[in-house]
Amino acid sequence: MITHIKLKKGLDINLKGKAPHSVNVVPVKGVYSMMPDDFYGFKPKPVVKEGDRVMAGDALFVNKELPDLKVVSPVSGTVKAVVRGERRKLLSIDVEANSKQEYKSFATKCETGDEVKQLLLESGLFAFMHQRPYDIVANPNDNPKGIFISLFSKMPLAQDFSFTLKGEEHNLQAGIAALSKIAAVTIGVSPEQEDRINALLPNANIYVFSGPNPAGNVGVHINHVDPVNKGEVVWTLGAEEVLFVGRLITEGKVDMTRTIAIAGAEVKEPTYRKTVIGAPLAALLDGNLLRTEHIRIINGNPLVGTKTDIDGHLSARVTEVTVIPEGDDKDEVLGWMMPRLKDFSTSRSYFSWLQGKRRQYNLDARIKGGERHIIMSGEYDRYLPMDIYGGYLIKAILTGDLDRMEALGIYEVAPEDFAVAEFADSSKLELQRIVREGLDLLRKEE
Amino acid sequence: MNFIKKFFDKTRPAFSEGGKLHALRSVYEGFESFLLVPNTTSKSGVSIHDAIDSKRIMSIVVIALMPAMLFGMYNIGYQHYAAAGLEGSLMEMFAYGLLALLPKIVVSYAVGLGIEFVVAQYKHEEIQEGYLVTGLIVPLILPINCPLWMMALAIAFAVIFAKEIFGGTGMNIFNVALVARAFLFFSYSGKMTGDEVWVANESILGLGKDLPDTFTCATPLAEVGSGQMSASLNDMVVGLIPGSVGETSVIAIALGAVLLLWTGIASWKTMVSVFVGGGLTAALFHATGSTPIEWYEHLALGGFCFGAVFMATDPVTSARTEGGKYIYGFLIGVIAVLVRVFNPGYPEGMMLAILFMNLFAPLIDYCFVQRNINRRLKRVQR
Repeated sequence: MITHIKLKKGLDINLKGKAPHSVNVVPVKGVYSMMPDDFYGFKPKPVVKEGDRVMAGDALFVNKELPDLKVVSPVSGTVKAVVRGERRKLLSIDVEANSKQEYKSFATKCETGDEVKQLLLESGLFAFMHQRPYDIVANPNDNPKGIFISLFSKMPLAQDFSFTLKGEEHNLQAGIAALSKIAAVTIGVSPEQEDRINALLPNANIYVFSGPNPAGNVGVHINHVDPVNKGEVVWTLGAEEVLFVGRLITEGKVDMTRTIAIAGAEVKEPTYRKTVIGAPLAALLDGNLLRTEHIRIINGNPLVGTKTDIDGHLSARVTEVTVIPEGDDKDEVLGWMMPRLKDFSTSRSYFSWLQGKRRQYNLDARIKGGERHIIMSGEYDRYLPMDIYGGYLIKAILTGDLDRMEALGIYEVAPEDFAVAEFADSSKLELQRIVREGLDLLRKEE
Repeated sequence: MNFIKKFFDKTRPAFSEGGKLHALRSVYEGFESFLLVPNTTSKSGVSIHDAIDSKRIMSIVVIALMPAMLFGMYNIGYQHYAAAGLEGSLMEMFAYGLLALLPKIVVSYAVGLGIEFVVAQYKHEEIQEGYLVTGLIVPLILPINCPLWMMALAIAFAVIFAKEIFGGTGMNIFNVALVARAFLFFSYSGKMTGDEVWVANESILGLGKDLPDTFTCATPLAEVGSGQMSASLNDMVVGLIPGSVGETSVIAIALGAVLLLWTGIASWKTMVSVFVGGGLTAALFHATGSTPIEWYEHLALGGFCFGAVFMATDPVTSARTEGGKYIYGFLIGVIAVLVRVFNPGYPEGMMLAILFMNLFAPLIDYCFVQRNINRRLKRVQR
């Protein structure tokens, strides 16, 4: 069944350095790192120690509060370090990869939803399942009213899942079939994907979302299809992570290989690279950077990704690594008054509206203004295609008013849904951080 | 432009914590971020940002005010020369107006920004740009004969009690410039209304000549109240009539309106609604014989246009929901004409209408937001 939904609000940001559709494989080599911060809501407890030998699919750390929830090693090898930071916070578990990869094998006969859930828990793939409300790792004991999967992203420089999917169609089918046993699966696709996905998944519940970014956000899909009310839980899974589930079902092993987009204005030749999560970024970006100073390497895309550096590792849940200029070496005189023809703005007080939608911009990481109180009205709502008053929700969070946050629909949003609004915000508030803090506050009170 | 950076790099130690000039830190930082775009980069959240910021927004509004200000200067000279019976060239009249208005603008900025600097220093915050607009609007909405010290007092009152105690630009309930005007209107009404304040009455640096103390000249709106109005529609649209400095010319204000609407800084919903509300009400009253002038004359006269374009649309104090903006604007127009027609004490109603609706904007928003909340609640019950 196909339903079409047209979205008007939002903004596509056309950045320089999009990855063309070509891919090469990065051999498994070096140190792979799994970071608990990528699994938000996890209270991590390591179950390995330095020197232990692990196979791909062996647990590295579990959630103290729900020990069934575990995160497994993406590669086989030797645990090189259990890295802790301040107050012994677990930062990462590093595994030095063997030259020959060995996979733990799983029995994959699943008839019922509970069996699928059990398999996902044992294989560690359940840790990728997120939930609304709170946008945290899902609790396996919940009964979700549905599972939502978005097969596209409109974020700038994001991975094109249609390309990633080539040759893995059977894994998508197997993954969706397995997940459907847990709860009803709703799939969000872009208009370009409609025919192909419909042919692959003839019985699935497909919604076609057209419109600008964040039309690909799963949170937007949930809001339009079946919004989350208080007391309800919806699970979400990334498109590529459905392929992990599919591989587990068809091959009986945990294969967390991603096709990562390497993109951005500071990348010499933007491209796709097939690699395993946790991979060292140095290997992915090897010799492909225009310069080494004054750049920002981002795990993810420039709107929702996190800043890292060349010594970092590929985050578990990102589908692209982007590199943009940092801009900390730029001195712009009276910039706020200048025409700034090379800059992009949603405001007509600059001139990007004259330059057409096809012009690509090279934006750096400068904030280009100081933080202020919210002055302009309705600025967030223009980029939030949901039935939610964004500005009022943000104010409710800032004042810590729990009842009002609830009333205004905080259960329906994730920080990433505010990413475009944060980009366009003339008051330069850190909206994603604010939303995250609001969600954390409510979760604590639960 | 390297020397600007070098200058700031060299002087920075003196203004940092423990430096000799630390008490002026906020001023220093204000000027630095004014001249050089800070190259601070984002730490969390999005890595890229839109080039728009509040400096840009406020300076666009200042640019939008320029036609009204420049025409206001010319009109000051024009009215003075007409009253004095002098012949003057366009340049002479403009120069006279410039000299009459410039001290007001300087004092307005000095007092307002001075307070902003002190507050920013005290709160360890960056200087907020909101006053850049307020500081220019205040001299434009006062009669030219309002004494400097009065204006300075009113600005200090408005900035402190209408803005800073609420938390600064973005947190205020009332439009700051209008609070300054209201303060003067109710404290020194002799210098704010009547027939003696609208035409500059002294010679400045040899331009113009001193007018006799008995000279009077009423605004067209006041004439309406007392009987017959002398201005033609043409005068009203061009703006060569007595009135507050920036409010007289519909054409000059329209130029500003085009810029504000085109850049999206002012909401067209608010602006159009003010005119619709005022026009309909005036037409109704004209039809019932309550007011002798036509609806379009009501819109062209007094502070109606200036208020609708520059003050009703202040995003901070107007309604913040999109639907609310229609109601907010419409009621401003209605009330402005209502006050004009039915209150013989106040020939002008725009100031009171906007301040009154500032007060009600949160209530209008409340209704719209509550509807959204109720929708959500109903979903649960279903």
